[in-house]
Amino acid sequence: MSPADGVDSIAAGVRSGSRSAAAVLEEHLGRIAEREAEVHAFTLVTDSAARERAAVLDERVAAGEDPGPLAGVPVALKDNLCTRGVPTTCSSRMLEGWRPPYDATVVARLHDAGAVVVGKTNLDEFAMGSSTENSAFGPTRNPHDTSRVPGGSSGGSAAAVAAGFAAASLGSDTGGSIRQPAALCGVVGVKPTYGAVSRLGLVAFASSLDQIGPFTTSVADAATVLTVIAGPDPSDSTSIPEPFPDLRPSLERGVAGLRIGRISDLPAGADPDVAARVDAAFDALAAAGATIVDVEIPAFGYGLTAYYLIAPAEASSNLARYDGVRFGLRVDAPDTDAMYMATRAEGFGAEVKRRIMLGTYALSAGYYDAYYGKALKVRRRIAADFAAAYGRVDALITPASPSVAFAFGDKTSDPFAMYLCDTYTIPSNLTGDPAMSVPFGTGADGLPVGVQVLAPALGEPTMFAVAAELERSVGVGDG
Amino acid sequence: MGERWMHEGFEMVVGLEVHVELATTTKLFSGSPNRFGDEPNTNIDPVTLGLPGALPVLNRHAVELAIRIGLALDCTVQACTFARKNYFYPDMPKAYQISQYDRPLNADGRLALPDGTVVGVERAHLEEDTGKSTHLGGSGRIHGSEGSLIDFNRAGVPLVEIVSRPDITSPEQARMYVSELRSILVAIGASDARMEEGSMRVDANVSVRRPGEPLGTRCEIKNVNSVRSLGRAIDYEARRQVALIAGGESVRQETRHWDENDGRTHTLRSKEDADDYRYFPEPDLVPVHPDAAWIESIRSALPMLPAARRSRLADACGQDPDSEAVTTVVERGQDEYVLAVSAAGGSAERALVHVKEAFAEAGAAPTLPAARLAELTAMELAGALTATQAKTVLAEMVAAGDGDPAAIAAARGFEAMDTSALDALVDGAIAADPDAWAKFCAGDPKAVGALVGRVMKESRGQADGRAVTAALHARRG
Amino acid sequence: MSDRITRPAVEKVARLARLSLTEDEIVIATRELGDMLDHFADIDALDLDDVEPMTQPVPLVNVMRDDVEAPTLDRDEVLAAAPVATDGQFRVPPIIGLDA
Repeated sequence: MSPADGVDSIAAGVRSGSRSAAAVLEEHLGRIAEREAEVHAFTLVTDSAARERAAVLDERVAAGEDPGPLAGVPVALKDNLCTRGVPTTCSSRMLEGWRPPYDATVVARLHDAGAVVVGKTNLDEFAMGSSTENSAFGPTRNPHDTSRVPGGSSGGSAAAVAAGFAAASLGSDTGGSIRQPAALCGVVGVKPTYGAVSRLGLVAFASSLDQIGPFTTSVADAATVLTVIAGPDPSDSTSIPEPFPDLRPSLERGVAGLRIGRISDLPAGADPDVAARVDAAFDALAAAGATIVDVEIPAFGYGLTAYYLIAPAEASSNLARYDGVRFGLRVDAPDTDAMYMATRAEGFGAEVKRRIMLGTYALSAGYYDAYYGKALKVRRRIAADFAAAYGRVDALITPASPSVAFAFGDKTSDPFAMYLCDTYTIPSNLTGDPAMSVPFGTGADGLPVGVQVLAPALGEPTMFAVAAELERSVGVGDG
Repeated sequence: MGERWMHEGFEMVVGLEVHVELATTTKLFSGSPNRFGDEPNTNIDPVTLGLPGALPVLNRHAVELAIRIGLALDCTVQACTFARKNYFYPDMPKAYQISQYDRPLNADGRLALPDGTVVGVERAHLEEDTGKSTHLGGSGRIHGSEGSLIDFNRAGVPLVEIVSRPDITSPEQARMYVSELRSILVAIGASDARMEEGSMRVDANVSVRRPGEPLGTRCEIKNVNSVRSLGRAIDYEARRQVALIAGGESVRQETRHWDENDGRTHTLRSKEDADDYRYFPEPDLVPVHPDAAWIESIRSALPMLPAARRSRLADACGQDPDSEAVTTVVERGQDEYVLAVSAAGGSAERALVHVKEAFAEAGAAPTLPAARLAELTAMELAGALTATQAKTVLAEMVAAGDGDPAAIAAARGFEAMDTSALDALVDGAIAADPDAWAKFCAGDPKAVGALVGRVMKESRGQADGRAVTAALHARRG
Repeated sequence: MSDRITRPAVEKVARLARLSLTEDEIVIATRELGDMLDHFADIDALDLDDVEPMTQPVPLVNVMRDDVEAPTLDRDEVLAAAPVATDGQFRVPPIIGLDA
């Protein structure tokens, strides 16, 4: 992609009248027409609504209005974000054809900022997965190598930005579902501090872990989009009431004087090509004036277990509402109970069922304390370990994904192998702290590698300063 | 302590779970109206319907009303959290109910019954109501129906569930508990608490045991729709359990349904495959920590509770606090009016009688100015009107909403008899019934009735009975 | 942690979750859940006696709204999305064998 296709560049052009929203949109729709059949990033392309919208924006600019910081920017939305009157499927048979009667808060904020929605993107069903192979509507392919997965669960959103179908997209991240596909697709992906972005209208997977965040081609663009969608929302009780910090000063701050932590007891598992890029990232930051400090986070490795008990437990409850009564799929049966059983058997895919079963078990009488209850304590321990580390450092660096993009089918036979993709991303969801993946060169087969930057809660300014420095040290679009 | 329930050597142990709908404008977690009787599925929103992506936001006023209930029941109001109770039923939109589990808002209170019994209140927690299902075809019951229709207007309406300790030992106590609780809820404005409309619902946990033995296996009785049915259902259920045990069988823990028509309880479902509600902390809501200032401001705004109002009225009228007149007038909320009559120079005692009888349907705020009723009672005390005449005058005043009692009495010819006319009538009565007079003089209290009656008859009801009695006593010396 | 998950336990969980599983699915689920729980036994090594459970990442309290009416949804629009609706209400097959 050329920098001219970035968020800030498009918005500046449209706001000044030097580019039309319609022309920008057609460039993106053209790329969709060219490659979407191959990539399959979308569950739905809303081209005609987008064209109407772009025309309205161009008229407003012509009338002297300023549509906002995302004026004319083509964006794609993960298909678990509610869009009024527009199908929202969660890539599940269960919700096929369902049209929400309301917009998610983030969708309304993008609209108010002048964005143009080009479509809804594919995901692992109900955001459960790390490869987008669990979509009921077929997998998304990695634009860098279509024999490989884009990561997941926000694989469609990552691929859409990587393929130039949209200048930005939104995903959701419950255990790494933004950062891992961002890494595999070579784009920037941010999981904000829990509570920084309203979850209203995000179809819940695991409510205490879910956060919405942006995919973009640059760190600055990610800051722009995040600034638009973040901030208090009285409709989300877990929304942080304080204004979201201004990220602009961070982008040029550099890392001089910052203490960057290297986790000495980080769980093993990263491939050598990935580990080499992370080492290079430390070198680049040190060269730019940061101090590298070794820290220990002993409970880091227990995150996977805590996560795979807590997230399915919450999911088992969140997904109980798909019962064939009020919306979505119903499979007819002679009585209501049989209707529930048949509808849920038919409507959910294998991975969703697996997690509902696991979560139901973890909460059930006699097992709560041994599984769910214990996982909540491990969660506290992990948060305490991170808090201690952040007493000594300003940010941490790890791999975002243990490997570069893998081939289709590589991990589908063993659920636990797929779960290991989330090893490095999960702890931030458990703690609620922000984390992001920044493209940092390439690994095996010339595929993109993402480096993960982690910071304490509401530490986005520091996180973006570090991410921007990493980006500068490899060059924008170099990933 | 009320009448003790014993049957074939067994006593009953009863705990009550009372659900009350709170008198809020909107639902517990969304802004849809909390309104009874609207067209089906009109008070709905994404939260009410449990649509994907919807999030609950707690109604502050519901919390405040729940705290009022807690304070009125002498509970500890404490930091609390919400939990999800997971189960599938078509009128439960999310397939989980947001309730409170291990940390309820109100805990460890008590309710004193008018007879002095104190029933412990284990907890009074906030939760959301379900929708309503109507069963098609058949008898309107679930079995044999052609399907069910679901209306979600009630879904999400705020409820407080008040759980008593098993301190109730008779059907009469159970009725008193519910009546007293209802009076309190209405008095503090927390709920209209109408059992017939379902805004107050009572489930009873009933078990039996021989005195001194540990608690027996309990059954939960549902579908009790009036205070009267509650007593009947508990009595039936306890007798049923005693009969089982006496017959060598054991009581099975189950939920039973009260059938008003046949006066029996029937098995609804067995608890053998015990409900597994998988309670866990509700991640979409944050804890509520009511601070001391908030609690105190709610406490200081609480009105006087029914028990205290009964004492106050009883003191003013010279009655027992649990007398029928006092209980009824406080229950109707007319006690302030009686006190106003007294403050306006009237007789509280006479006002209590008149209000109880004449304002039966008038609600809490009789339209007749208290000063008018005060004038009427003053005329009665002065002997200017008999009790019967006063009733007639009052009926006219109530019908008109006002009126001068003296003018009405005059218009009806209710002239007070002058002393000489009364004296003549008394003399006549003594002369006509010397036996009665002799007995009266000998101290027979019954004899006075015959003499007074004769005077009343001769005066065609114009004489004041009390004045006649006084005159007779004066003659006897 | 506990003994390995049994087939009856899997059947009970499927019933609680209202998932109708085929014979094959039950066999696979029993194996997969057992394997996963074996992996998750790693946290048994931790001493967590004095650790408070962490249920939410952000320690907010007292988030409440005013008791003010907000717009409701249009009934026709909502019922149009329902699998079956009759007379302004959602319709379900007979309710039997349900715990409630």
